[in-house]
Amino acid sequence: MSYFAFLSEHGPTMLLGTVTTIKVLICATILYVIISLIFGLMRLSKNPIIQGTATVYIEFFRGTSLLVQLFWFYYVLPFFGLTLEAFTAGVVAIGMNFGAYGAEIVRGGVLAVPKGQWEGAFALNFTPAKRMRKIIIPQIFPIILPPAANLTVELLKATALVALVTVVDLTFEAKQINSITWLSAQCFGTALLIYYIISRFFLVPFLRWLEVLAARKVGKEIK
Amino acid sequence: MNAEWRWDFAIEILPQMLWATLNTILAAGIGYAIAAIVGLLFLLGQRTPIKIVNMINREIVEFIRSTPLLIQLFFVYFVLPQFGITLSAWVCGMITIGLHFGTYLSEVYRGALEGVPKSQWEACRALNFSTFYTYRKIVLPQAFPIAIPGMGNYLVGIFKDTPLLSTIGVAELFHAATAVGGYHYRYLEPYTIVGLIFLMLSIPAAIWIRKIEKNVNLAQGKIKKEQL
Repeated sequence: MSYFAFLSEHGPTMLLGTVTTIKVLICATILYVIISLIFGLMRLSKNPIIQGTATVYIEFFRGTSLLVQLFWFYYVLPFFGLTLEAFTAGVVAIGMNFGAYGAEIVRGGVLAVPKGQWEGAFALNFTPAKRMRKIIIPQIFPIILPPAANLTVELLKATALVALVTVVDLTFEAKQINSITWLSAQCFGTALLIYYIISRFFLVPFLRWLEVLAARKVGKEIK
Repeated sequence: MNAEWRWDFAIEILPQMLWATLNTILAAGIGYAIAAIVGLLFLLGQRTPIKIVNMINREIVEFIRSTPLLIQLFFVYFVLPQFGITLSAWVCGMITIGLHFGTYLSEVYRGALEGVPKSQWEACRALNFSTFYTYRKIVLPQAFPIAIPGMGNYLVGIFKDTPLLSTIGVAELFHAATAVGGYHYRYLEPYTIVGLIFLMLSIPAAIWIRKIEKNVNLAQGKIKKEQL
């Protein structure tokens, strides 16, 4: 069977899987961005309880494997009476895992805002909340976006794991077609190519555009 | 299905899990050793003065870095037999992890080499040192400390990615947990124990790496003792 025959027969199925992969990617990205912002700021709190909660969360999710967390969410939570759909479990596990990594990036970003900005806000008698919202947060984006972009590409790769908890994504379809046709090279090769194309020609340029946008917003010009 | 945690069951399966942990550590160790060498090869490809080699090298690295390890594992495990090469799951897993993380490590190496100030190179040129001598005596001793934190992080990273090996049937920790869970139809304890074992191994490792990083920065004079 030629490769084109393979594509015309199984290509549509793989594209359907790709759509699911992109859905997981988008949902998990939104979740992880929210979690990183919240926990990154909590980590910087002076209140030991808030800071402690964030530290435990971050260390816990960074310390264990994503696959273990994913299986825990999908297979163990039902024991506690909380049954998640496979898609939800996948998105939540990936979002929470990457949120922990992202929180550290946000923390680094806040700490990297020049000291003069903090002092300026202090001198102008801003309340701490207003100082964060109006002065510090808008400035962290150009700092955190480059590492966050790397993390998001990692997230795209991590979405492949949801296939193991029966989400019908690209990886799942590739495995499925492989078990029917035994054309492993074509199945997995195509899947690899699709991931590569998503990352190289869509995700990375988009993130790069965001970086330029964020830098321009604070008046910096990116090379 | 009941939600309560059964200590007797947890203790019963614990020895089996601990044995499997040894396999996980072994897999991470071998995978890391291969990745360290593969990383050097990619670094070499990147630094050769031949343009076409650089380009091909960069594309390969980009490709491996932007595709999921899981599918790479499947690819190596299922496709090689089609070409008459049948390797055991262990070997496939180690090769794939080595290749995947080798690309990351090559970036770490590159960053470390570029972290050595240009003036060091120029001084060596001025003193008429050979390239080999420059690397061995001047550049590598300075680059190595810069590479340590990144290398340590990827060691922990490989360790946390070893559960993926269970998908092609390598009998490591996660594989053991799934097997035990399937046998007794209780997943609560096995998966929780796996999580705890991972935490117990990777948190000390992370603390240890942070300490080394601090020591390196101290030794290089980037931070002063009072700042700690």
